[in-house]
Amino acid sequence: MIRPHLRAIIVKELWAVFRDPRARLTLIVPPLIQLVLFGFATTLEVRNISVGVYNRDGGAWSQEVIQQIAASPNVARVVVLRDQAALTRAIDRQQVIAALRFDDGFSADVAAGRGGTIGAIYDGRRSNAAQIVAGYLSRIVGTVAADVRVSRPARRGGSIVTNWFNPNLDYLWFTMPSLVAIICIVSAMGVVTQSVARERELGTFDQLMVSPLRTHEILIGKMVAPVLIGTFIVTSYVIVIPTVFGVPLTGSVPALYVALFFYLLALTGIGMLISVLSSTQQQAFLGMFLVTVPAVLLSGYASPVENMPGWLQVIAQINPPTHFLKITEGVFLKGMTSTDVLANTWPLALIAAAALTAASLLFRSRME
Amino acid sequence: MSDTVASAHSIVKRFGDAAPALDKVSIDIVAGRMTGLVGPDGAGKTTLIRILAGLIDPDAGEASVFGNPATNTDRSMIGYMPQRFGLYEDLTVLENLNLYAALRGLPKEEKSASFKKLMEFTDLASFQERLAGKLSGGMKQKLGLACAMVRAPKLLLLDEPAVGVDPVSRRELWAMVKKLAGDGIGVLWSTAYLDEAEKCDTVYLLNEGALLYGGPPTQLTDRIADRIIRIAVPQAGRRRILRSALDNVSIADGTVQGDSLRLMLKDGAAQPSAKALGADANAPITPARPRFEDAFIDLLGGGPPGTSKLAEGYREIEASEAPAIDARGLTKRFGDFTAAKDIAFSVGRGQVFGLLGPNGAGKSTTFKMLCGLLTPSEGSGSVAGFNLRTARADARQSLGYMAQKFSLYGNLSVKQNLDFFAGAYGLDGREARAAIERSIEIFHLQKYLKDNSGGLPLGYKQRLALACAVMHEPPVLFLDEPTSGVDPIVRREFWTHINGLVERGVTVLVTTHFMEEAEYCDRATLIYRGRQIATGTPDELKAKAGKEDATMDDAFIALVEEADRLRDAA
Repeated sequence: MIRPHLRAIIVKELWAVFRDPRARLTLIVPPLIQLVLFGFATTLEVRNISVGVYNRDGGAWSQEVIQQIAASPNVARVVVLRDQAALTRAIDRQQVIAALRFDDGFSADVAAGRGGTIGAIYDGRRSNAAQIVAGYLSRIVGTVAADVRVSRPARRGGSIVTNWFNPNLDYLWFTMPSLVAIICIVSAMGVVTQSVARERELGTFDQLMVSPLRTHEILIGKMVAPVLIGTFIVTSYVIVIPTVFGVPLTGSVPALYVALFFYLLALTGIGMLISVLSSTQQQAFLGMFLVTVPAVLLSGYASPVENMPGWLQVIAQINPPTHFLKITEGVFLKGMTSTDVLANTWPLALIAAAALTAASLLFRSRME
Repeated sequence: MSDTVASAHSIVKRFGDAAPALDKVSIDIVAGRMTGLVGPDGAGKTTLIRILAGLIDPDAGEASVFGNPATNTDRSMIGYMPQRFGLYEDLTVLENLNLYAALRGLPKEEKSASFKKLMEFTDLASFQERLAGKLSGGMKQKLGLACAMVRAPKLLLLDEPAVGVDPVSRRELWAMVKKLAGDGIGVLWSTAYLDEAEKCDTVYLLNEGALLYGGPPTQLTDRIADRIIRIAVPQAGRRRILRSALDNVSIADGTVQGDSLRLMLKDGAAQPSAKALGADANAPITPARPRFEDAFIDLLGGGPPGTSKLAEGYREIEASEAPAIDARGLTKRFGDFTAAKDIAFSVGRGQVFGLLGPNGAGKSTTFKMLCGLLTPSEGSGSVAGFNLRTARADARQSLGYMAQKFSLYGNLSVKQNLDFFAGAYGLDGREARAAIERSIEIFHLQKYLKDNSGGLPLGYKQRLALACAVMHEPPVLFLDEPTSGVDPIVRREFWTHINGLVERGVTVLVTTHFMEEAEYCDRATLIYRGRQIATGTPDELKAKAGKEDATMDDAFIALVEEADRLRDAA
């Protein structure tokens, strides 16, 4: 049975968040912007590239390679380079991201079965894009080489690559499920970090503390709004991502919601800690930034947790998005079953319990 | 002959769609005289000063300073001291002065003479190296004044220089500025304290953007000269008698003054007999000196009637053996600093107890310990019989709290605030609805129900805050500076409610640095430098001032000076 006290503070907190039309807007617009930005701007593919070609060979096989490159959907332009100096200049001025050099007798060597060598120069200043382009180019060269082998008996066995769960390595399949985890940090934390700090700054905190409301009632009251907002946004994402962006949703959705609940509890718990420690809204805002940026970086979204040094991996384990990211990827792409989801949920419950306990202890002691 | 240094003519200023902040206001500031700009918070005082300082343009009318438009005049000749003064708290006293000297282009050769004079004048010489942020409220105001004076101005615009300053510093500040006016400077002194108005040479009284009066203060008080009476009453019955006196048709206004009542008769009304006022038939009635506040209330059409609707519907608080509020050796230390030491008092059911003292003296700390916001380092306290250490939740359920600053939820509507506080104090369903409806009716909140409470006029904010504090009919009320800045009518109405509740058996603890308000207390304690330096009834405290017809201000100053003497001797 809920005491009227608790009901009153829940209603009050909901009003506080939803009454101001501007506040309502800031809850809905940023998630939409994020969806569009992540969907179209943070592409991991490299398109519209220019590749330079310095061809001293002029034979059939070099032409074949160049035509294949020009035909690639990722390549916008093939720039013909006259000499070595032009090649250097083209890379230097960023006209091309990569340049290929075919030496004299390349086609002859290929035709004779001695194997041809293509020189490739990449712009290391754009290392990430260059690596991806290098991948494209070697794949194209590999296809040509395969054609060569088909025309004569194969001498060596090649490897056949199959990408599981994301057969075409479509980057959207990777970013969209991650976005579900990341958007919760921004939206839910944004609301909860302000909640106590705002009362303290505006002077309503004392009024709250002299009322018979108990600490746990105040904390629960302040967590309802962010949890509802997080659930609402995730729900809209779960609908939009498969239908608009075509990312498969293969796992157990009810289990996703159970995990989401604990994930939001963990996030609001940490947000509440920040809020309790801040005396002004500005401090709370800065505190939120201090936590959310590392939280995203450590989550495994940008780079795999396994590649981090050991001590950072430990910190990553107490970072809620690390666990929830596994769950969203699993539920969207891997057909994760409810048992597997729940097995990944208990760390979230643990983090939530620890953060909320700390927040409620500090809540009392920070009064003085 | 008089020499006008600045004037405003038919100034109109609006902000947004609200009622005009200033509506056709005209004033003149004359060299060598103290000009008072008096009115409650939100009357338009600051707006007018900012227009005279050339900071904002009026929508209509003209402001001129030294014969030129205010926005295009020799500003180096204006000394302006804003309300939240422009001191840099992380600079020392001397650095602040240097900064202002540089900003105002004080020639180097004049600097040492000017500084020497200001230091002597403000008595800050021994604090030159102290950070401005570490000065007391009174010293900060003096430094603010010194900064405004750094290049001998011809016009001094002071926006509420005495707000939040203890009576001793207030008097010193006044004397300083008065001396400046004597030197031929035009001074505009704005204030919400109506007693300061009486001391000005010329007074302009603003209320809700309109100029109610302009001229010498005596001319205004003379209008009501023979309408003020004082009637001696027994201490126990004074609240009941005040109520019946205020309900009398011939009485326009009245307040408690220790063991007597101060009443204002309606214009042309004959003086009623003591019996008709509800007092003992042979209670002595004597004429009293009119005050500026009386005149203000008269201009506003008289105070509210004496019966409180709030009290009429309130439950009777049952009598109890235990004191309603009990403080035993309350001590609070923050690190090395002792904010309150050994505070002890007890308040019985149906009494008003006052905590008096300057800002930072320890009264807020004491107050916060008693309502459970601070845990005492030593000692114990109880409210309505519930120990604050062991039964905090019960103690909190039995008290109503009204903070100094408006501290309801400004971005929620009036109705949502009422709903929240009803629920927060455990009222539910029908009970909550009834309490909310009662509050709306008593405090006339109907037309504001859907408005954000942060945008209400000050008087309504005050009413809403009281409504939220008493909705659960607590036996004990904690009021922290409840009426600072509101107009006298709202203050009267507020005390009518409080007096009515006290008659029902409610116990009230009130902090105030507003000495007028201390008169309503049954007993009060004066806290200074963390210690209780005197406790007693208002009349007992006033008797300690050692002079005839002393005010609470006089008593305060005498007691503080004595405490300082004892401290220095020890």
